[in-house]
Amino acid sequence: MKDSIQDRISELLDNLEKTDNPIFITIDKDWLWKHVKEQATIEGPLSGKIIAVKDNINVRGLPTTCASRILETYYSLYDATVIEKIRVAGGILLGKTNMDEFAMGSSTEYSAWGEVRNPIDETRVPGGSSGGSASAVSAGFVDYALGSDTGGSIRQPAAFTGTVGLKPTYGRVSRYGLTAYASSFDQIGPITKTVSQSAELLNVIAGKDSRDSTSADVPVPNYLKTLQEKVQGYVVGIPWHLLEKGVDEDVLESFKDVISRLEKEGVRFKKIELKYADYAIATYYILATAEASSNLARFDGVRYGVNAKEQLQDLFSYYAKNRSKGFGPEVKRRIMLGTYVLSSGYYEAYYTRGQKVRNLIAQEFFTLLNEVDALMFPTTPTTAFKLGENVDDPLKMYLNDVFTVSVNIAGLPAISVPGKPGNHGLPVGCQIIGNAYEEGTILQLGHTIERSRI
Amino acid sequence: MSISREEVLHIAKLARLSLTEEEVEMYTHQLGEILNYIQKLNELDVDNIEPMKHVLHIVNVLRDDKNLPSLSREDVLKNAPEHDGEYFKVPKVLKTE
Repeated sequence: MKDSIQDRISELLDNLEKTDNPIFITIDKDWLWKHVKEQATIEGPLSGKIIAVKDNINVRGLPTTCASRILETYYSLYDATVIEKIRVAGGILLGKTNMDEFAMGSSTEYSAWGEVRNPIDETRVPGGSSGGSASAVSAGFVDYALGSDTGGSIRQPAAFTGTVGLKPTYGRVSRYGLTAYASSFDQIGPITKTVSQSAELLNVIAGKDSRDSTSADVPVPNYLKTLQEKVQGYVVGIPWHLLEKGVDEDVLESFKDVISRLEKEGVRFKKIELKYADYAIATYYILATAEASSNLARFDGVRYGVNAKEQLQDLFSYYAKNRSKGFGPEVKRRIMLGTYVLSSGYYEAYYTRGQKVRNLIAQEFFTLLNEVDALMFPTTPTTAFKLGENVDDPLKMYLNDVFTVSVNIAGLPAISVPGKPGNHGLPVGCQIIGNAYEEGTILQLGHTIERSRI
Repeated sequence: MSISREEVLHIAKLARLSLTEEEVEMYTHQLGEILNYIQKLNELDVDNIEPMKHVLHIVNVLRDDKNLPSLSREDVLKNAPEHDGEYFKVPKVLKTE
């Protein structure tokens, strides 16, 4: 007989008090106990499951800070659609997790609530921007977590913490109630210990939502069922040319090990070429920052957020003061870059060119995925880097996203699954990319990798 | 490719940010580096390529023009740093004669 859910929560809260790792931004005990009581009466697919939520997803009655000072005092007045669905399914929301401010970062070091340390090795970053969610799962504080992925923010922290991270197809999961960073890239998805848990959570959160006009009206299969289907006969494309340089030896070795395990299950591999992959980071950082500069214009300290509490004579200084005080360095950097590429005189040269290259990158993926069932390459070129290693060199930090951003550019689904650990026992993620709305295929392949570990 | 100090100040103004002297220096350097990297896209010939605005084939999404429940004024104002119970408060926008 398992402990009651109340006992489990009490134990978790005790354990959380003992750690000084800021994995969570908010755990409101009064709110939580009331919520546990409400949820206890609901029989559903997530009954008894404890779930952490990235702090850019609105949960009614809790703060949504996006790890930013500018939203320090903000309380959510409504539930995101994914949260509504989890409540109906009986899941228990433990609290809100730390992240890079407004989901901008790859290490969870750019947070006004302090940097999160990787539970596997506390001298290293957990990845980002969903580093709190990935760490909460990795450290065993929750069963499942929700993250958001704009350029790798679910998959990269999953790879760094030895967890499974799934970015669904753009439009698969409603973005209603997710604080927008780059609206044409953002997508909510699960971070879990196992692939079948990700399938279970996706079952609950996927589907068309009338409150998100970009959510797709495509039938959602039962992913737990598709998981059982055989992978024999699948053809998976590998862009070997991308792995020739810049990928650490231990990552490459782990990747090759995954290949041989899938081969034993009857998966065939084909060498493919992604000739525009090299342009993905430049394209991403033009388009995503452009969208961010527009999306973050709403944070002006008038309707919500903090204001600088100074007597100012004019509106311009009022906005500038509030925003400059409220935003951290990386958010300002991306707003500046995005404003620049959209500004008069530079728009065509940067923004329009970026959109054209986006088309090239996306079409190349679409064409390849007509020929093969999935693509596969490592989630990241290295294992988790040291805290502070890249924090002062933004370009170097951006280059870490080399294997993840192109997937968001093309809007495709991708999963990061742990392979054989690398040097010092650090986790290594293997990434599988599928055709649009074919999460079932990549979940099956991921599940096969996981089972072959034994 | 580099970006001048004046350009950084201009962009900050457009973005409604006021930067410290230290930040101006840092962003002039860092944005220059990032823009330099982005020049990479000039290697590609994109003359006959359509700009991709969205990966989905989106058409207009319409719904019936019906009243649906929305947030109450009282709740919404709770998040406002300054309000008078009915409206958000901001510094004076219009000048008196």
